[in-house]
Amino acid sequence: MSSLDVMYQELILDHARHPHGRGLAESFDGESFQVNPTCGDRIQLRVGLRAAPAPGGEPGAQPGDGGEPGALVLESVSWDGQGCSISQASASMMKDLVEGKDLAAVEAVAGAFAELMRSRGRGVDQAAAESLEDAIALEGVSRYPMRVKCALLGWMALKDAAAKAAAGDASPARIPEGI
Amino acid sequence: MTVSSALSDQEVAAIRADFPILGRRLEGGRPLVYLDTGATSQRPRVVIDAMRDFSENHNAAVHRGAHTLAGEATDAFEDARAAIAAFVGAAPAELVFTSGATGAINLLTAALGAASAGRGQDPSHRFAILPGDRIVVTQAEHHSNLVPWQELAARTGAELAWLRAGPDGRLRLDDLATAINARTRLVAFTHASNVTGAITDVAVMVAAARRAGALTVLDAAQSAPHLPLDLSALGVDFAAFSAHKMLGPNGIGGLYGRIELLEALPPGLTGGSMVEIVTMREATFLPPPHRFEAGTQAVTQAVGWAAAVGYLDALGMERVAAHEHALTARLLEGVARIDGVRVLGPADATDRLGAVALDLAGVHPHDVGQYLDAQGIAVRVGHHCAQPVHRALGVVASTRASLGLYNTAAEVDQFLGALDQVRSYFGVGR
Ligand SMILES: Cc1ncc(COP(=O)(O)O)c(C=O)c1O
Repeated sequence: MSSLDVMYQELILDHARHPHGRGLAESFDGESFQVNPTCGDRIQLRVGLRAAPAPGGEPGAQPGDGGEPGALVLESVSWDGQGCSISQASASMMKDLVEGKDLAAVEAVAGAFAELMRSRGRGVDQAAAESLEDAIALEGVSRYPMRVKCALLGWMALKDAAAKAAAGDASPARIPEGI
Repeated sequence: MTVSSALSDQEVAAIRADFPILGRRLEGGRPLVYLDTGATSQRPRVVIDAMRDFSENHNAAVHRGAHTLAGEATDAFEDARAAIAAFVGAAPAELVFTSGATGAINLLTAALGAASAGRGQDPSHRFAILPGDRIVVTQAEHHSNLVPWQELAARTGAELAWLRAGPDGRLRLDDLATAINARTRLVAFTHASNVTGAITDVAVMVAAARRAGALTVLDAAQSAPHLPLDLSALGVDFAAFSAHKMLGPNGIGGLYGRIELLEALPPGLTGGSMVEIVTMREATFLPPPHRFEAGTQAVTQAVGWAAAVGYLDALGMERVAAHEHALTARLLEGVARIDGVRVLGPADATDRLGAVALDLAGVHPHDVGQYLDAQGIAVRVGHHCAQPVHRALGVVASTRASLGLYNTAAEVDQFLGALDQVRSYFGVGR
């Protein structure tokens, strides 16, 4: 496979064509709006949080999945935006990956993804790779430094929206007029 | 322009041999197809050699010191100024070296801001921009010729008005009557858009500005490399351009100003090399152009830029323009045959440069550019530092092929062939 075909795997193009989480939820606990300054691509992203149930709560919960008792769990991620197939696929995969995780676990996968993007095609260790699920398919992007920003756009919005939500700031994101 | 005056195939082959980078092979041994001259042009060996010769034999601080090298460096710098000024139809004192077109426009807005704040005594008062005055720009501007005017308007309390771009990207000259009012002090506009390629009717713009007593500022960053340019004949008051778009190095450009205006304008940047007498309280300033050249200048780049205009002059800008015009027509005819292509700009090559931005239905420009890059074809993707004109044409970003004198019909055809494959690669339009 050429580097181009590695970057544009079918899984990525599928996510780009049928993105998950696209369409903004009405209510949210935190919202962010981010642009990629080089191309003007943009994403508006909303998150909803809930507190993880007290001990002895939901049966069969996995660690990190559903959250430590009392931890804040990312209940919903929804977004809308305009962008290339990489940014759209990345936001779509991100939604699948982070929804239902507590914020500490979200931060951990965000870190793994950022490391993958910085890897310049060298990849990441197996544990990090496994934690990324579908998003590991974006490894090919790391060979193209000019495209890494595309893949990170949704993640930047997630980080910002989650931080706002955790701080109790549910104000709408500022979206420049006439954009 | 007649076709017979265009460069012959042999001449283009000889030109290509002058540009070392065009011999570069990319991954898999693919030759480079460079279609991004609108962003920055490549450099012929004479430019590279002139800068090396200056560095190896003549480098010294200019306009100070009395030693041999200082004299040679000063001569090289001022000879470069004269050559570049002649190339754009200006007198040497009318050409101020800047860091580029962006630097030139910011230098001008800084000077106008200083005049508006009352600096520069009587002669400068004519430049003062007051609250309620108007600055007119256009929707087709590069951010370089828009954002500095937004800032100057904000600093002075002036209002900003603009001409719109029509559906074919050309400026709507019917907006002139409403945009330029009696309080308009200045009209800043591009000679040719780096997105749509549309060439502005400068005479109409200048006439409208003059009727209102407004100054004109021409962004010649895209026209200087591709058209014969005679700024004094065009009758604009100021103009800006960059060496790196016209076969020269980056880091240098020019601000043109009619001499009687530069003589009256206060400096925008201040410091060393632009002063006469400095006391602890105040300073007096040199005449133009040096009044506007504070600090150590990009002398090596000036020497390289002069070599670049010498190279263009030897070919003749009429012939360069004719060659590019023919390629532009071929490119526009070709993209019109490809499904899903919408050209952002005039659809035919009349009054148009070879910057061809397009939208390919269903495929994002980044993805288009990546596919082309894998074939060795370098194009620009994104908003090309011109968000408003993209917005006016209903898109966020585009894919732009832009031609230079070293491009060939075969390269245009290769681009067209690759572009035709993009939608099927991404599985759209099947
Ligand atoms: C029309 C136009 N104006 C201004 C500029 C700015 O030139 P520079 O970045 O060299 O200052 C450019 C180039 O990017 C341009 O195409």
